[in-house]
Amino acid sequence: MPERTMVQAINDALSVALEKDPRVVVMGEDVGKNGGVFRVTEGLWHRFGDDRVIDTPLSESGIIGTAIGLAVGGMLPVAEIQFMGFIYPAFEQVVSHAARFRTRTQGTFPLPLVIRAPYGGGIRAPELHSDSTEALFVHTPGLKVVAPSTPYDAKGLLLASIQDPDPVIFLEPMKVYRTHRQEVPEGWYEVPIGRARKVREGEDVTILAWGAMVPVAEKTADAWAKDGVSCEVIDLRSLYPIDEDAIIESVKKTGRAVIVHEAPRTGGLGGELTALINERAFLWLEAPVTRVTGYDVPVPYFALEDAFRPDVRRVSEAVRQVINF
Amino acid sequence: MLQQVEEKRIGLSYVRPDGTLTDEGRAVWRRIDDEKKMLFYRWMTMARLFDRRSIILQRQGRIGTFAPLEGQEAAQVGSAMALSKEDWIFPTYREHGVQMVLGMPLNLILLYWMGRVEGWRPPELLRLLPPSVPIATQLPHAAGAAWASKLRGERSVAVAYFGDGATSEGDFHEACNFAGVFRLPVIFFCQNNGYAISVPFSRQSATPTVAEKAAAYAFPGIRVDGNDVLAVYEAMVRAIERARNGEGPTLIEAVTYRHGAHTTADDPARYRSEEEAREWVQRRDPLKRYRALLRSEGLLTEAEEREWEEECRRRIDRAVKEAEAEKAAPPTHMFDHVFATPVASLQRQRREWEGDGRA
Ligand SMILES: Cc1ncc(C[n+]2csc(CCOP(=O)(O)OP(=O)(O)O)c2C)c(N)n1
Ligand SMILES: [Mg+2]
Repeated sequence: MPERTMVQAINDALSVALEKDPRVVVMGEDVGKNGGVFRVTEGLWHRFGDDRVIDTPLSESGIIGTAIGLAVGGMLPVAEIQFMGFIYPAFEQVVSHAARFRTRTQGTFPLPLVIRAPYGGGIRAPELHSDSTEALFVHTPGLKVVAPSTPYDAKGLLLASIQDPDPVIFLEPMKVYRTHRQEVPEGWYEVPIGRARKVREGEDVTILAWGAMVPVAEKTADAWAKDGVSCEVIDLRSLYPIDEDAIIESVKKTGRAVIVHEAPRTGGLGGELTALINERAFLWLEAPVTRVTGYDVPVPYFALEDAFRPDVRRVSEAVRQVINF
Repeated sequence: MLQQVEEKRIGLSYVRPDGTLTDEGRAVWRRIDDEKKMLFYRWMTMARLFDRRSIILQRQGRIGTFAPLEGQEAAQVGSAMALSKEDWIFPTYREHGVQMVLGMPLNLILLYWMGRVEGWRPPELLRLLPPSVPIATQLPHAAGAAWASKLRGERSVAVAYFGDGATSEGDFHEACNFAGVFRLPVIFFCQNNGYAISVPFSRQSATPTVAEKAAAYAFPGIRVDGNDVLAVYEAMVRAIERARNGEGPTLIEAVTYRHGAHTTADDPARYRSEEEAREWVQRRDPLKRYRALLRSEGLLTEAEEREWEEECRRRIDRAVKEAEAEKAAPPTHMFDHVFATPVASLQRQRREWEGDGRA
C-alpha cells in the first residue's frame, strides 16, 4: 500500500471520486490549473479537464450558492473554500439553504454537497488564516461536520462525505497536512461519518480531541505513560453527528475526561461534550470534565499563536488536575 | 493602428512604456512641480527595494509569508501621492507602497509581516486601516467612512484598494451600490494585475474591464495604465476632486502586473507563461519607464539614482534593525484590546495563563 500524506490522501480520494462518478465536480478558487494553494487538487485539472475541476471566480457565496444549484440539478459538487476563515461570505448559503434544503422540501430535493476547507492554526499563516470555527457549523441543524486527523481517515471520510446524501462540511487541519505519512489503500473505501476512532487504549483518563489536536493528545499520553498514568485518546473525527456511545463508553471506563480543542472556549464544542458526559456518565465521574482550548480572543497573529493553541504542557496540566482531583 | 488598440486596452496613458510622453501627458507634466516629479521616483524606488528586501527576509525566516508588490509601484505610489492626511485609506495586504507614501514607518510595516499585531500603530492622525485580508471586505467600510465624512460635512474622502479578483465578491458590488445610491465621496481603486493568485481575470469577469462595471452603479469608471505613475496620479486627482465637490464615487482600474509571486508561498510558473511575464517586466516596467522620462527631462542623473538607492537601503536597514529590536509582546498581550473593559471570563482566562507559571 502506498504511504501518503493527508494532502495526497485527499487528492487521491478526489481522483477516485471523479473517476467513479461523472456527476462529481471539484470547484473552488485556484483548484484547477494551480492544483490548489496546498496542492490538494494537484494534477486533477490536467486529468479530468476544465468542466470537472473548476477554477471559479473569487466568490465564496457564489461557489456555495452555485454548488447548491448544481447539487439540486443532479451533480455532486465538492466545493473548496480556500481557508475556513474565508467561508463567511458563504455563511448565508450554508446556514439558510444548504442546511435546511431537505427539511424545506420535505425530502424532495436532497442536497448531496461537500464543502472542504483547510482550518486551524500552527503554520505561521497570515492573519485570519488560522480560525477553527467548527462550532458554528455543528450548531447549525442539517449539516454534518467532519475533521480527520490522519491520511487514512481523510480519504475514507471524504469518500463517505461525497457518498452522503446530505451536506457535509469537511475540515482539513492544515497543521497535519504533511506532518506524517500513512498507508492509504488504493481505490474506494469509506470511513463512516459519525464514528470516533480510539487512537489508543487507556485506563485512567480519556482525552477527546480532533484535527490537529489529536497529535497533541497523543504526545500528552506518551508523557504521562512514563509516570504510570494511562490515557485513552479518542479522535472524534465526526463533530456532527458525534459518536456519543464511544465517548460515554470510554468515560465510564476511565472516570475522567479532558477535552482539547483549538477553538475559543466559550461556545466551543468542549461545552457540548461536557454536557453530554454529564447527562450520560455523571455517576461514573471521578473528577470534573476539563477543557483545554483556545482563549476567547481573536486568533492572534502568528507571533503569539503558540500561546493561543493548546499544547502538550497545557493538556498535561489538565490531566494532572483530573488525576489529582 | 496597433498602438491605438493597445492604448484603448490599457486606458488613460501619459508616459509610454519607452518613457516618452504622449501629447496629453506633456500637458499634465508641465503642471506638476519638480519636487513631486522626484517624489514619484523616490517612492517607487523605495517601494521596490523594500519589497525585494522583504522577500529576502522571508526566505531567511525573519518575517512570515509576504505578498510582494513589485511591478505595481506606479499604481500604488501614483494613487497615494494624490491623497491628503485627512483621507481614509482601506488597503489590502499588498499595499506597502501606499502605506509608506502615506507615512507608515517601514519598521511598523515589517512588524506586521513578523506576525505581530502590535505593529499596527499608524502615526497619529493617519487614517490608515489595517490591511484587509478577506478579499473585498474593506470596500463597504470605505463607503461607510465616506458616508460619515459626507454626513459630518467633512472634506475627507475614502479610498478602498483592492485587486481584480475582489470584483467577484458580493462586497464589491454592494459597496459600489451604496456609493452610487448615496453619492458617497469614495474612490474604489482596483489594481488589476491580471490574476487572483492563479486565476486570470477572464475567469473573474465576462466584461473585459473592471472600469465598465461602474456604469451599473451610475458613476464613472476610469481605466488607466497602472504602470504609468503620471496617469494614475492624474486619474486619482480627478476622482478626489469629484468626491470633494460632492459629485460622488469613482471607480479606477489601474491595469498592472505583479512581477513576482502572489505571495512567497506561491509559484507563478504554474499558471502564467514566461513570455507574458517577460513582456511586463522588460517592456512595461513602471519604474524603468519613469526613470527614463526623468533622465530625458534632465531631472535625474545616474549618480543621483545610485545615491537615492543607497539612501533607500540605509533606511530599510535601519527599519529592519528597529523592527527586530522591538521587544516581543508578552503572550498575555492576546488578552489586551479585545474589549474596552475586560470581561470577567476573559480575565479569568488571562489569570489561568499567568498562573501556569509562564507569564
Ligand atoms: C474572502 C477571501 N477568499 C479567499 C481569500 C484567499 N485569497 C487571498 S488573496 C486571493 C487573490 C486575490 O486576488 P486579487 O483580488 O486580484 O488581488 P491580488 O492578490 O492580485 O492583489 C485569494 C483568493 C481571501 N483572502 N479572502
Ligand atoms: Mg489580482
